[in-house]
Amino acid sequence: MNYFNNNPALKFQLSHPLMQKIVSLREQNFSEKDLFDYAPKDFEDAIDNYERVLEIVGEIAADIIAPNAESVDKEGPQVINNRVKYARGTQENHDALTQAGLYGMTLPRQYGGLNFPLTPYVMSGELVSRADAGFANIWGLQDCAETIAEFADEETKKEFLPRVCEGATCSMDLTEPDAGSDLQAVQLKATFNEHDGIWYLNGVKRFITNGDAQIKLVLARSEEGSADARGLSYFVADNNFDHTIKVRRIENKLGIKGSPTCELVFSNTPARLVGTRRMGLIKYVMSLMNGARLGVGAQSVGVSQAAYEEALAYARDRKQFGKAIIEFPAVYEMLSIIKAKLDASRALLYETARFVDVYKAYEALEATRKLTPEERSEYKEYQKLADAFTPILKMFSSEYANQNAYDSIQVHGGSGFMKDYACERIYRDARILTIYEGTSQLQTVAAIRHVTTGNYLKQIRFYQQQPISSEFSSLRKRLESMTTLFENAVNRVNESKNAEYIDFQARRLVEIAGHIIMCYLLLTDATRNDMFKKSAEIYLKFAEVEVRKHATFIKHFEVEQIDRYRIN
Amino acid sequence: MSFNIVVLAKQVPDTRNVGKDAMKADGTVNRSALAAIYNPEDLNALEQALRLKSKIGDATVQVLTMGPARAAEIIRESMYRGADGGFLLSGREFAGSDTLATSYALAAAIRKMGKVDLILSGRQAIDGDTAQVGPQVAEKLGFPQITYAEEIIDLDKDSITVRRRLERGVEIVRGPLPILVTVNGSAAPCRPRHAKLTLKYKNAKTISEQQTSSSDYTDTYHTYIIPEWGAGDIEHEPQWLGLSGSPTKVKQIENVVFTAKESKQLTAVDADIEELMKELIANHTIG
Repeated sequence: MNYFNNNPALKFQLSHPLMQKIVSLREQNFSEKDLFDYAPKDFEDAIDNYERVLEIVGEIAADIIAPNAESVDKEGPQVINNRVKYARGTQENHDALTQAGLYGMTLPRQYGGLNFPLTPYVMSGELVSRADAGFANIWGLQDCAETIAEFADEETKKEFLPRVCEGATCSMDLTEPDAGSDLQAVQLKATFNEHDGIWYLNGVKRFITNGDAQIKLVLARSEEGSADARGLSYFVADNNFDHTIKVRRIENKLGIKGSPTCELVFSNTPARLVGTRRMGLIKYVMSLMNGARLGVGAQSVGVSQAAYEEALAYARDRKQFGKAIIEFPAVYEMLSIIKAKLDASRALLYETARFVDVYKAYEALEATRKLTPEERSEYKEYQKLADAFTPILKMFSSEYANQNAYDSIQVHGGSGFMKDYACERIYRDARILTIYEGTSQLQTVAAIRHVTTGNYLKQIRFYQQQPISSEFSSLRKRLESMTTLFENAVNRVNESKNAEYIDFQARRLVEIAGHIIMCYLLLTDATRNDMFKKSAEIYLKFAEVEVRKHATFIKHFEVEQIDRYRIN
Repeated sequence: MSFNIVVLAKQVPDTRNVGKDAMKADGTVNRSALAAIYNPEDLNALEQALRLKSKIGDATVQVLTMGPARAAEIIRESMYRGADGGFLLSGREFAGSDTLATSYALAAAIRKMGKVDLILSGRQAIDGDTAQVGPQVAEKLGFPQITYAEEIIDLDKDSITVRRRLERGVEIVRGPLPILVTVNGSAAPCRPRHAKLTLKYKNAKTISEQQTSSSDYTDTYHTYIIPEWGAGDIEHEPQWLGLSGSPTKVKQIENVVFTAKESKQLTAVDADIEELMKELIANHTIG
């Protein structure tokens, strides 16, 4: 079995026209082909490289990670002498990926990485997550190295990046008992010692995924007496160095049990400052979180795929009333909706990944030379798109992963409620997706300004201009009326000029925008390849009703009615 | 002086995933209907070789395969996993070889490779299931042999210590070098392909593959030539090669339908139950 080769939708995403731009920005005239024997010589060679490496990931995911998922869920990690010991399967998964030289996929070659763009890396996250969503965290935390590569000085890069490529694990240590969604409240103290010129960390972190990782990125208060975000800096600490970081306990969770969630105590832990002081939260953590949100998008799509596969296999196999249950309308409709939501969230995932890829590539280029005015405007354009798409991706894909996992159990009937089938684990694993790296409610907060400023509308208009196959013109007509409903709803809410009211309707407005965007993405995908035809039509039918529902709610809602919702 | 390991590997039809066209009317395997894969136990053998290489340091792992042009894929697959290189033994003269003719040709090729300290091969291939080629190669070269190896426990400059998996338990034996060892499927699974090695060697080709390749220019980047030997490259007597060197004749093939159920006794310990589970999953009874 191979999760990459067996899913043509993935190769399809790698064949997207924007990949040309991404690869050429990333490889800069393929100048490294003479320096590294594994660097590509042209565009086709680069895409072939991505496919070959994803094939290895797909094989390890299907043959090692997936078979381990059940025992990892049961066994979970342990704390022994203040250190985390992974479940046997977790260690085996990590060793296989390390042995295959897959870590550090996006890091520059000079530090031992493969210099892949984010799009194929995000795909690897989807593959690993389909096998085991909990393990996807340990795999995905290599994102941390991205911020080292982007913002740290050369010495720090040389010290840490090659280790990541050799399989050193990472964690991002942000949250504390009193600083969850509100990271400005972080208290862990960083003190600079004038004598040895080293920063020392002291304090407690909580809910730290993979908290006993070897390389830790820590958000800490470096400015004594400060109380807000401007007093926070970003540090990297080496957890192999000594025993100054202790794991106090690991949480007993509903799902993703293989992924150790730790409470940590730092006592005089030596650390290096990454980037500039006071920019910790404002710049570096924001960048880290955007990457992590893309990661949760990939994780969610992987979970949706797993939920779909399980439901489909069961529905074909299970016979009732003399036939397979997949032949009953109530069941096949459920499966088609799961598939449509899966395809819609995957389309959104890779569209977002490509936007992030283009802007990150320009950002890296800007560090080496001055950008031309055209390059600069394109850089800003894609950065805006990435900013606008990341929160709707995170929100929709994680919500759909949950809905799909729920429906997957429903397809299984009573058996799905038992521990005998994977769907119950998938359901538990899915639950965290709408919560961590920013809840769906916080994604709405990040997304709403792109509704009110018209960024989504602009992109929707762009999609509307894209050529599509003539058989879809009637579907596009319906999308155009949905867009009118969107505009009316936005105008109505904006006209209130009432911030609380805008927040109140934000989720509905953001959802309408997301539905329309996903419909357009599926239409363009279906124009390029027939395999998306069904999902494009089914998703549009589903989304149309959702959009009308929200539009109706907003249309008949008077600002002062929010008082009735307030609970005192 | 460098320690030279040769791994014998075979490209086989994937008989584990058999469709309805798997057999031809004459009872032979329909190779075109099945995907060509790396013989599973040969991968176990390769893993043992790679482990020895990292343990000794100064060692080379070369893979030798006999087959049609497309069997060069076996050499590439081995290099993706860490082998230093390999040789493809290919040509019309080898067609129709049974195990005797195959081992004759392989032994001749190994003689041409120079000093060899250790030959590893899978216990048997999943297409013929004979388990004869490894032992016959050892005989022809005058090497001692250890079969059913599960792990190479130790190696020093003149001997090798091996744990063998036998029907009723394990046995640890030591043998002198040079030697041939056949590796059992219960040995450690082969490591995955390595990303950088895969990208580095993906263009490794035999000369004949390069000539038939569709690209209209010679790719000068990252090319590695896989040596390809024909009958003319090895010392041989023509009558021992291919069909003429193959006394095995298939007389008849029968479909066997099991009538009585085989029984198996287990003790109540977890390890036995786990073994049974693995076995049932492996033979697709469950899962």
